[in-house]
Amino acid sequence: MILNIAAFNERWGSTIWRASLETLQMVSIAMFFAVIIGLPLGIILVLTREGKSYENKYVYQVLNTFINMIRSVPFIILLFFILPFTKLLMGTSIGVRGVLVPLVVYSAPYVARLMESSLLEVDRGVLEAYEAMGISTKDIIWNVMIREARPSIALSLTIAIIGLIGATAMAGLVGAGGLGDLAYRYGHLRYEKQVMYTTVLILILLVQGVQSAGNHLAKKLKKD
Amino acid sequence: MIKLKNISKTFTTSSSKLVALNNVSLEVRKGEIYGVIGHSGAGKSTLIRCVNLLEKPDSGEVLINGVDLTNLSPKELRESRKRIGMIFQGFNLLKTATVFDNIAIPLKLTGVDKAEINKRVEKYLAIVGLENKHGAYPSQLSGGQKQRVAIARALAHEPEILLSDEATSALDPETTDAILELLLKINRELGITILLITHEMNVIQKVCDRLAVMENGVVVEEGSLLEIYASPKHETTKKFINSQFPNDLPKGLIQQERKVGEVITLSFVGEVTSQPILAALAKEFHVYPNILSGSIIQLKEHQYGRLIVNIQGDGEETAKAVAYLKDRNIQIEEVKGNDLEYCSI
Repeated sequence: MILNIAAFNERWGSTIWRASLETLQMVSIAMFFAVIIGLPLGIILVLTREGKSYENKYVYQVLNTFINMIRSVPFIILLFFILPFTKLLMGTSIGVRGVLVPLVVYSAPYVARLMESSLLEVDRGVLEAYEAMGISTKDIIWNVMIREARPSIALSLTIAIIGLIGATAMAGLVGAGGLGDLAYRYGHLRYEKQVMYTTVLILILLVQGVQSAGNHLAKKLKKD
Repeated sequence: MIKLKNISKTFTTSSSKLVALNNVSLEVRKGEIYGVIGHSGAGKSTLIRCVNLLEKPDSGEVLINGVDLTNLSPKELRESRKRIGMIFQGFNLLKTATVFDNIAIPLKLTGVDKAEINKRVEKYLAIVGLENKHGAYPSQLSGGQKQRVAIARALAHEPEILLSDEATSALDPETTDAILELLLKINRELGITILLITHEMNVIQKVCDRLAVMENGVVVEEGSLLEIYASPKHETTKKFINSQFPNDLPKGLIQQERKVGEVITLSFVGEVTSQPILAALAKEFHVYPNILSGSIIQLKEHQYGRLIVNIQGDGEETAKAVAYLKDRNIQIEEVKGNDLEYCSI
């Protein structure tokens, strides 16, 4: 048994390690850009809603429809559908660079929706109290809205990260590597059962870890 | 100080129109506590929100120290709002910030420097009596303490005016009294003009110098606390005053008493309270007053009393007695039927 593990480690250790790092790399870079794009979109969705400070039916409807459209397309289809755009933007449509664009396009609207619902939870009265104190909308967004929504935002982003981990598994199809690629190529195509099991185990641990960290952070931010 | 001129506001939804304010004019003088009372839906909340333009009136002027806020640019409006503090029924504190930060963050955002912020937080937390709660989060405070933090937050901007939007409505009676005491102290010691709205007459009774009664988007009666209590004219006003007197007389008793004489309520304000007026009545006329219930409450600076009396005697003498009482500025109302509704006679 011990020999088996040692042998497995010898044979696959570095491959699995590299695949894990690739997955982490794709998730973190894609998440970073998804938040950079998604958070402002979420804020715009909240502010342009009916009855909010920058109520604007057109902006809201256009953005709302656009987000729904992208969210209707499954990742595996999106991956191929936007190939020309990916190539134009990154100069390549394969490898980690090639998959980042579809990952961001896939997650940003999702993050925008999650941000929207988190921000909507913020008590309207608090925003009003700050408005009554003569504080500008810009300051209210940063110091009241986002601040108060932080616990909820932490939980939302946890959901988004876990979704992203799932999406990266398909990245193998464009040769981007990662755990999904490993499980598919070695575990499935070459019948290496142990590789398959190990990959699944690592993914389970990863998702558990992310969820626990998210819960912990949200609790810490919540203060009640 | 605050002058509202012909303010109108209609809320339109796709299916209906609601006139919240219909040509309302009001003046609050410097240094006074002015109360607006009304049932929910009377428009008082919309009214107070028009003072700092949280609600923009459809027409009319909002004059603060002579400046019409409705004509200001957004930037000028923000500047003016800094001089007008506001507290709310729901406290509206940041849940994720400590007591200190709840007061300090708005100061920082309005450009007050750090040393001054520390000074002001200390000062105003001391005034509201929470000097050792710096590090607490709102969830660790009671309702009354949260409202104190909200008051400190408003005061820290050193405003001239404090608007109170049902600030005590979510609090129990004891805490309400404590917060009202605090408002009185703020008014006296810091000279801040206070405009408050409420649906509770005891709030008005304890702190207000002058008041307005609102119904259906209109001010139906207005005057000093004393005037309103001494001679309320509108039905709604009378109901609000009556609401302060628990009428727990048994139903049968009133009917029974009415067989032997008029059952009337006497309401009196000020010096009259300390005069033995019923004894005088018995002596001057051939009537025998029998007290069924009575109480005296403290208005801000005066006493206000009310007696329910059965006056036994013949019709002519009773009429003379009633006239005598009216001469002494006593409000008289007949107790009708057995449900203790009042009507003027």
